[in-house]
Amino acid sequence: MSTLNRRGFMKGALLGAMMAAGLISGHALAADYPTAKVNTTGLAVTDTTVKVGILHSATGTMAISETGSIQAEKLAIEQINAMGGILGRKIEIVQEDGASDWPTFAEKAKKLLEKDKVASVMGCWTSASRKAALPVFEKDNGLLFYPTFYEGLEQSKNVFYTGQEATQQILAGLDWIAKEKKAKTFYLIGSDYIWPRTSMKIARKHIEQHLGGKVVGEEYIALGDTQFGSVINKIKLKKPDVIYAAVVGGSNVAWFKQLNAAGLNSSKQTMLTISVTEDEVLGIGGENLAGFYSAMKYFQSQDNDSNKKFVEAFKKRWGKDAVIGDVTQAAYLGPWLYKAAVERAGSFDVDKVQAALPGYEFKDAPEGPVTVEANHHLTTKLRIGQWGKDGQAKVVYTSGYIKPDPFPKGYQ
Amino acid sequence: MFGYSMADIGNIVVMQGFSGLSMFTVLLLMALGLAIIFGQMGVINMAHGEFMTIGAYTTVLISKVAANYGFTDYYFVFAIAIAFVLAFAVGYFIEFIMIRHLYKRPLDTLLATWGLSLVMQQIFRSSFGAKEVSAELPEWMLGSFNPTPDIDIPINGVFVMVLAALVTFGVYMFMFKSRWGLRVRATVQNRTMAGAVGINTAKVDRVTFALGCGIAGIAGAAFTTIASTGPTTGTLYIVDSFMVVVFGGAASIVGTIASAFGIAQAQSVLQFFMTSSMGKVSTLLVIVTILMMKPEGLFASKLRK
Repeated sequence: MSTLNRRGFMKGALLGAMMAAGLISGHALAADYPTAKVNTTGLAVTDTTVKVGILHSATGTMAISETGSIQAEKLAIEQINAMGGILGRKIEIVQEDGASDWPTFAEKAKKLLEKDKVASVMGCWTSASRKAALPVFEKDNGLLFYPTFYEGLEQSKNVFYTGQEATQQILAGLDWIAKEKKAKTFYLIGSDYIWPRTSMKIARKHIEQHLGGKVVGEEYIALGDTQFGSVINKIKLKKPDVIYAAVVGGSNVAWFKQLNAAGLNSSKQTMLTISVTEDEVLGIGGENLAGFYSAMKYFQSQDNDSNKKFVEAFKKRWGKDAVIGDVTQAAYLGPWLYKAAVERAGSFDVDKVQAALPGYEFKDAPEGPVTVEANHHLTTKLRIGQWGKDGQAKVVYTSGYIKPDPFPKGYQ
Repeated sequence: MFGYSMADIGNIVVMQGFSGLSMFTVLLLMALGLAIIFGQMGVINMAHGEFMTIGAYTTVLISKVAANYGFTDYYFVFAIAIAFVLAFAVGYFIEFIMIRHLYKRPLDTLLATWGLSLVMQQIFRSSFGAKEVSAELPEWMLGSFNPTPDIDIPINGVFVMVLAALVTFGVYMFMFKSRWGLRVRATVQNRTMAGAVGINTAKVDRVTFALGCGIAGIAGAAFTTIASTGPTTGTLYIVDSFMVVVFGGAASIVGTIASAFGIAQAQSVLQFFMTSSMGKVSTLLVIVTILMMKPEGLFASKLRK
């Protein structure tokens, strides 16, 4: 404060007062950041606008999951624009459709970065689509905000991961269920692709080495399989204390419906799943889920002010029946983190933005405060939600802050 | 034995037997409509799954109406009837604008109906949203039935089983005991001669195709009890449907039944003793081997070559 002269202080105070009164338009602020200075690498940044890409599947199988992410990102961008944009520049959305086809993601990423020159991209959902697009982002030095919880084992300077990596989602959840339910035997079941397999590998190591428990069965279901009769009978024979599940897509719905019909409801069987959010409940039906647990970092029912505001704004924008799952919330963080990064950097240049974001704490995240770490993942909390018939989860446990560890030692 | 009590093993055998039968009826219901369209008419209908999706969405919509007007307990009966009518009507229309131009080019029906399936998926997505939805099931259809305290028989499995039996019986009566069935079989065997003796073969084709689609609609409605409803739900069923029909011998309804039974039992038993994926792989291997030895399928119609 001692170095601040009177004039500067007055200017700052005036600026603060005007901002508070909402008197400053985008142009006025943008003038403090001349385009030539904040954009030295030829991105699509003008005196009044900045282009940001959205790259998700709006068509094809994955549209089921990715629609929520698109909606959340658009909402965040609209809110940012209403507040005056980033460095006085309104965000212009360039939306591309990955069409649930991984090579298409790479192609569209190339188009966004090389033709549209977008300053950053909110996008990808499955690991396969991210892996397909990653070489493009690294070659063209683009910036990707990726929302999904995923298997970890990746870190790129061109990507910020706003969802949880595997250890953040798995370890604390298993600790809780082992302690709370005195669980000793576990049955692991997942869809047959990289995320469930990596997750179950970590889960098995943790159960056997740290919890002193036993894995009595491990099963992977082909994607899209809808017949669970034999698997359910195997589970009945083994009588595990806990079923630990990561089944996805259409199979997930069939799994819960058939499990219930086979008499294994929550009064007879404890289950912790890492693949059911509010989005999936729509398809599964609350009556088939009631009493089971999900481990996620976010639930729509979370009772804090920033979440209440977020839920209200989301429903106002996308209809009162809209639901918000874990990934939808993580997608909502993307544009806000980008805004913060650019403002910290005072520039849109990708290298400067990348360097500026780690260390930033986003206090108003709907899930509660999160911090961006040097490994481009977020420090977050894990929550266990117990599902009710109405399709909403009650948070029964919240962990402390968990640092991201995408390459966990002893779990590979 | 293996650390399990005899009672445990007995219970599992009963429940495993039921899940094998249950899978059999699911496969049968899936494949019946296709057996008529592909087996009898030779049209490779890649949009078969999407006709099932029509049935599924119909059920979801009617369940919403039922929840509003308070007839949730027995809406399923209406849902199945309306699913049949809707899928039949759409099939009738599709035959008229598309399929009838392709009877002389059976391989092209593959491409055309595949395109149709993509169009239908996007229509579902645009009109009902991309997310999966769920029909609220009546209370009596949830949960299981317990003959003894340790045996659970899924009620929705029994429901699908009864429905599959009824539909199969209906198809049998239609194909072999009715005038319509006679005309269908005549047209399949010799189109020109059938026409010459006064059968309106164009109309027979249209009704047969629509009937196959209608049955797919029924299957779709029934499957909302055991699986998901979304724009791409149909794609989950299409491969299994074709597998059952091709393995059974394309031209034979008895073949379809036998094939559904064989595949279901093999898969169910193998999946119990191996992992789920390996069970499926082994079943497919057996099917491929048998098809290599008997390319016409299990019950081939006798042809002079």
